[in-house]
Amino acid sequence: MNNIAGLLSGVLLMLAVQSAPAGTPRDTLVMAHAIDDIITLDPAEIFEFSGAEYAGNTYDRLIGYDVNDVAKLFGVVAESWTLSADGKAYTFKIRPGIVFASGNPLTAEDAAFSLQRAILLNKSPAFILGQFGFTAANVREKIRAVDPATLLLETDRAYAPTFLLYCLTATVGAVVDKQEVMKHEQNGDLGHGWLRTAYAGSGPFVLRQWKPNEVLALDRHAAYWGGAPALRRVVIRHIIEPATQRLLLEKGDIDIARKLGADQLESLKSNPAIRIRRGEKGDLYYFSLNQKNPNLAKPQVRQAVKYLVDYQGIAATLMNGRATVQQAFLPRGMLGALTETPFSLDVAKAKGLLAEAGLAGGFSVTMDTRNSAEIMEIAQSLQATFAQAGIQLTISPADNKQVLTKYRARTHDIYIGRWGSDYQDPHANASTFASNPDNADGAPVKTLAWRNAWDIPTLTQETAAAILERDPDRRARRYLELQREHQQTSPFVILFQETEVIAERNNVHGFVIGPAFDSNRYAGVTKE
Amino acid sequence: MVAPFGPIAMTNPVRGKPWLPRPLASALNLAATVGFTFLGLLFVTFLIGRVVPIDPVLAAVGDRAPAEVYERVRIELGLHLPLWQQFLIYVKQAMTGDFGVSVVTANPVSEDIKRVFPATIELATLGTFIGVVCGIPMGVLAAVHKGKWPDQLIRVVGLLGYSVPIFWLGLLGLLVFYARLDWIGGPGRLDIAYDYRVDPVTGMLLVDSLLAGDTAVFWNAVSHIILPASLLGYFSLAYISRMTRSFMLEQLGQEYIVTARVKGLSEARVIWRHALGNVLVPLVTVVALSFANLLEGSVLTEIVFAWPGLGQYITASLLNADMNAVLGGTLVVGAVFIGLNLLADGLYRLLDPRAR
Repeated sequence: MNNIAGLLSGVLLMLAVQSAPAGTPRDTLVMAHAIDDIITLDPAEIFEFSGAEYAGNTYDRLIGYDVNDVAKLFGVVAESWTLSADGKAYTFKIRPGIVFASGNPLTAEDAAFSLQRAILLNKSPAFILGQFGFTAANVREKIRAVDPATLLLETDRAYAPTFLLYCLTATVGAVVDKQEVMKHEQNGDLGHGWLRTAYAGSGPFVLRQWKPNEVLALDRHAAYWGGAPALRRVVIRHIIEPATQRLLLEKGDIDIARKLGADQLESLKSNPAIRIRRGEKGDLYYFSLNQKNPNLAKPQVRQAVKYLVDYQGIAATLMNGRATVQQAFLPRGMLGALTETPFSLDVAKAKGLLAEAGLAGGFSVTMDTRNSAEIMEIAQSLQATFAQAGIQLTISPADNKQVLTKYRARTHDIYIGRWGSDYQDPHANASTFASNPDNADGAPVKTLAWRNAWDIPTLTQETAAAILERDPDRRARRYLELQREHQQTSPFVILFQETEVIAERNNVHGFVIGPAFDSNRYAGVTKE
Repeated sequence: MVAPFGPIAMTNPVRGKPWLPRPLASALNLAATVGFTFLGLLFVTFLIGRVVPIDPVLAAVGDRAPAEVYERVRIELGLHLPLWQQFLIYVKQAMTGDFGVSVVTANPVSEDIKRVFPATIELATLGTFIGVVCGIPMGVLAAVHKGKWPDQLIRVVGLLGYSVPIFWLGLLGLLVFYARLDWIGGPGRLDIAYDYRVDPVTGMLLVDSLLAGDTAVFWNAVSHIILPASLLGYFSLAYISRMTRSFMLEQLGQEYIVTARVKGLSEARVIWRHALGNVLVPLVTVVALSFANLLEGSVLTEIVFAWPGLGQYITASLLNADMNAVLGGTLVVGAVFIGLNLLADGLYRLLDPRAR
């Protein structure tokens, strides 16, 4: 697809497009986006970027966070909450006056059902709630409605309250309409078969239609408790070709283009009808060294490669505003994120470290790379800088799922990819980058540290201890320490933090680019 | 001599007579050929589905699913069974038109195909129509003026259609006719304003809008389909005109043409009636194959024009490692090929008295 984009940008230079007046209906927001990752619309199952964005705009959760400052938590469906003295029992007061799109009032019963349902269905994101000791056997007792306005939630240990609250902001914590869902239950599936392609929520928008790989259309929820959105409808069209997105945007047949490449953005800069906006996301670009490879397992080699990356150069040229340098496993903005960036390209230092490791003559190694433009370009830059210290890097490109299959089987040398946090708590990343309870091949828990065969009993313990630290400041300090050690010794080379870039027509206002995909919000969008 | 068995029975094989009456034998023959082709198709698609180095469970549950979810889905998908057992299940399901459930859309694959295929059929039919209406006269013209400028011109046009990447022409066409001149609709099948106005009956918007009597939607759909259909038409025109030209050249050198001319028939009658009449028979196969080619979904055209057809469906499924959908789609494409071949054979018989 890149060739197409490249060819087109050449053609475009010759025939600068003149834009006609906007052609989308005034009461409708039309977006071009790649939505082929949506495989389900059930919040208990959604674990994909586009799916999370859908649920973020159509369902309410108990708790929310400020999109400009993730550290600020506030109640959404829960008006307030209290914590028992032993730190295990949370009591949530449900906000009165919320109604589902079906017309049913939202009560504590719906909230309890939704959380129980996530545990009972046990889909991919269920572990986010399961971490607090909820199981299929005990969840109906541990999470329950005391009365229509009160929800009680009992955890198995006294966890950091922030940990639980952030987990409740995740998509899996969305409140579904119990009556509506159970009306469609079949063979005890808690309505899952139906909800995979249907809707039962209370958010600012309701599902109008989902045609996979084609269109996702939402209508406003007129009775939304926070006030009905200004626009009547949002239509998200699946258009994967960036050149086509650009044409439609300049022509005014879409209001926002979500998947533009660096070259399209560059040429759109000069169009006065288009505004380009950026928002920092929590996703990290990183590469990691499989510790099963004897060369890569040497501590000096792990250090050396961290000095063989042209961080600033890649961020400035290849990523061109779509990423910023970040070298710790927590993204900026998250509780306890470390913002120090001690590494920069330093070939002499790397050579010294390699000599110390007995590899002064360098060595050869393979990097498994998904064939997406940005990752390939980063890999090529790494290939060049590695070569300066004598490391022969072979790039092995393949389809994303193919690369992942290899990574999960621990048969790679070096993997390069992206990681997005499953929820907005530091444990989301710490539990995978800095925890590996069992390094055996058939281990039940397969964290990123496990995938790279990095055996770290001490760090694993420290990570586990951090979720029991109830004081937020002390908890943040623990993560800072964890990250400092991880930054120096781990086989993970964290490179960048992603910036989402959108291009919108300048009569469109109020599209919120949040720190996660489930916090990209349409409710405040207006059109002149 | 008395026939040893009843009326339909076999006559003495030594005398070289058929074992079965002719129509029945040829029907059986046909059934066997089609059956074996299908079985082969099933086998190959199954094999491809199993040898790709992608973990199908990964596609279903995503990268971050906990181990127990992963294991449960692996068993649900039947991947713990031995390969031969998986194949038998696969064949059994495919026989009943059940290609399983798509991981991506959560719908049965057969339903998905029913949804996306009409968009492709609509585009391919219109494309082939344009290809035939323009391609055949062009081929005839080129043959008649062999070596002169009309021939050269038509050959160059054909060559371009064959060699210029279709997505490039597509983008260029969009730039000129959509972005600059504003003559046609942009990518997609309809303007947003017309969405949801017509309920799908056949899934083909041109037909559905007419059925609903909504001419505004019809003309909007026409403005969207015209460019991609013309491009596909151009592509098949290139093939059809080249084939027509060579078939015509062959016929024009035959003695019956000379005879016709000697008899004093008008040149037009000789060419369009006598020569072309005989060329139509082999052309049927050419057109059918060209139609089948477009029906399998021209992926690049569908992507550039954001056309939600079969090609895009199969590609998206492939990229999501959604093997049920890929295999289902491949089977349908295979079946379409076989079907169109059969149809071409049938037409052959109808048009050519010797083949009856």
